[in-house]
Amino acid sequence: MSSAGSRPPGFRMRISPSLTPDRLLELKERALELRCDVIESLTLAGSGHPGGSLSSADIVSTLFFDVLKLDPEDPRMGDRDRFILAKGHAAPILYAALAGRGFFPREELASLRKLGSRLQGHPDMLKTPGVEASTGSLGQGLSIAVGMALAGKMDGAEWGVYALLGDGELQEGQVWEAAMAASHYGLDNLVAFVDNNGLQIDGRIVDVMSPEPLADKWRAFGWKVFEVDGHDIAEIHSTLIEAQESPSPAVIIARTIKGKGVCFMEGEASWHGNAPSEDQCRLALEELRGGGNRD
Amino acid sequence: MTDVVVEATRDAYGRALVDLGSRMPEIVVLDADLSGSTRTQKFAELYPERFFNAGIAEQNLMNMAAGLALAGKVPFASTFAVFATGRAWEQIRNTIAYPNLPVRIVATHAGLTVGEDGASHQALEDIALMRVVPNMTVLVPADGVEAEAAIGLAAKADGPVYVRLGRSKVPTITDGNLEIGRGSTLANGDDVAIIACGIMVSAALEASERLRERGVSCRVINMPSIKPLDEDLVIRAAEECGAVVTAEEHSVIGGLGGAVAETLSSSRPVPVVRIGVDDTFGQSGDPQGLLEYYGLMPSDLESACDRAMGMKG
Repeated sequence: MSSAGSRPPGFRMRISPSLTPDRLLELKERALELRCDVIESLTLAGSGHPGGSLSSADIVSTLFFDVLKLDPEDPRMGDRDRFILAKGHAAPILYAALAGRGFFPREELASLRKLGSRLQGHPDMLKTPGVEASTGSLGQGLSIAVGMALAGKMDGAEWGVYALLGDGELQEGQVWEAAMAASHYGLDNLVAFVDNNGLQIDGRIVDVMSPEPLADKWRAFGWKVFEVDGHDIAEIHSTLIEAQESPSPAVIIARTIKGKGVCFMEGEASWHGNAPSEDQCRLALEELRGGGNRD
Repeated sequence: MTDVVVEATRDAYGRALVDLGSRMPEIVVLDADLSGSTRTQKFAELYPERFFNAGIAEQNLMNMAAGLALAGKVPFASTFAVFATGRAWEQIRNTIAYPNLPVRIVATHAGLTVGEDGASHQALEDIALMRVVPNMTVLVPADGVEAEAAIGLAAKADGPVYVRLGRSKVPTITDGNLEIGRGSTLANGDDVAIIACGIMVSAALEASERLRERGVSCRVINMPSIKPLDEDLVIRAAEECGAVVTAEEHSVIGGLGGAVAETLSSSRPVPVVRIGVDDTFGQSGDPQGLLEYYGLMPSDLESACDRAMGMKG
């Protein structure tokens, strides 16, 4: 395939051209529910990754409740859109979204990380309905998405591929191998998000091993780059419309706050991989349900 | 033997891909800038829309193949064995084998007979690295016709398959009737059994001839299916011969010898002498000279058989 691969006839924007106020409100409510589910499931699990799950809640809400064409009754439906959670440690937000879309009962979120559960610590496509690829080892998800997008273009498929990466994950060299391949093969059916919350386990990404300047790097690798407030659903939505029209692969660098929505978690690297206690859970849910995060 | 047919297993791979490619439109082939050497080039020329060069990026190679498999394609991913199984091991483990994706990893230039390129390019650990991964099938064809059969089986597999191929020409000695999980007896005997794979099968046949001249009855088993191993055939050889020698162009740790020793130690303990490369790296040299230097000649197998028989209870 040449780098100037033709645009598949079928891949086009399928999201509503603009959000009605009601729809926007619904997506915000969904994001709030996702955050509550994350907090509750992680508390019950006693371990896991709240920070990066909460930071990506608004992106995930927009994708799962407005953008992605999915069928919970037929999780392997041929023309579904594909979502790859490259930052697999944010599994709780994915599980919450899948439960919200009806892929499995919401009560099952309580089994997260438990022996015998379908909800593994990191996504397992063989166990969980709706999980497209097993991820968790950072740096590999974008390559999977590139392979899927290649297949989609070969088949002139109508579906698109969406990947969600962490910003610390960009330290993995393989991400840039995949980025190179995506533009080389002209994968205009691929949109990547970078959840740019600025923190990784050991601290600030710019202190641990800076991947900056992010936008310049993606641009240099041949991608169309967008930068958004990752907690502004209207902006995420309108940017996705533009991104889908890009003749090259598109990346949306979403500036986010790690732990967004729970004040004692926000901006704290220590909440990368620690579960809340029951008291902390109660406080977090009070804050979330009290509407403190709705605007 | 007169008029022996010789063919490198990588050449058979290139041939098989072209043949299968014409019949299976869902086959896609990926390579990492070695398509001339791995022999995927012919497929690339005939079916450019189904060939993807990853460039010198083996990790992305393996996971793009995973993505293509997830989207319903039948991917073959090729590069040299040391890079396929070493550079991209964790990509294979987590993103191909863990989700049990049918990605066919066909690696060439395995073993010492890479020759002059030296240790950096001579995979002596690849069988061990692939065998230890759950869900993985590991095939080591002995010759061209068996390699062709292995590629045909891999195309139909419903999980990951690793096929180990070589650079150098080898004599055609099998009938090409490869089955996953099955070995075959190429020479009968009941004093000692050599279980071999890859290029060592022909060496085993030669060793068997030499032993026969001395009145020793040596069984030769070709074991292209390292995983799943033909355990019944291995155990029967131990029961009927009482001593076993394994032979592979690979480290003596973790490969065919390891698999046979693991099986026999828990099912039918008999002396097992493992012939391979003794926990060391290779070096530059001509293939034949390397096989002599590292002790992979028929004469080495012959003396290993003597040692194994000497240890019988």
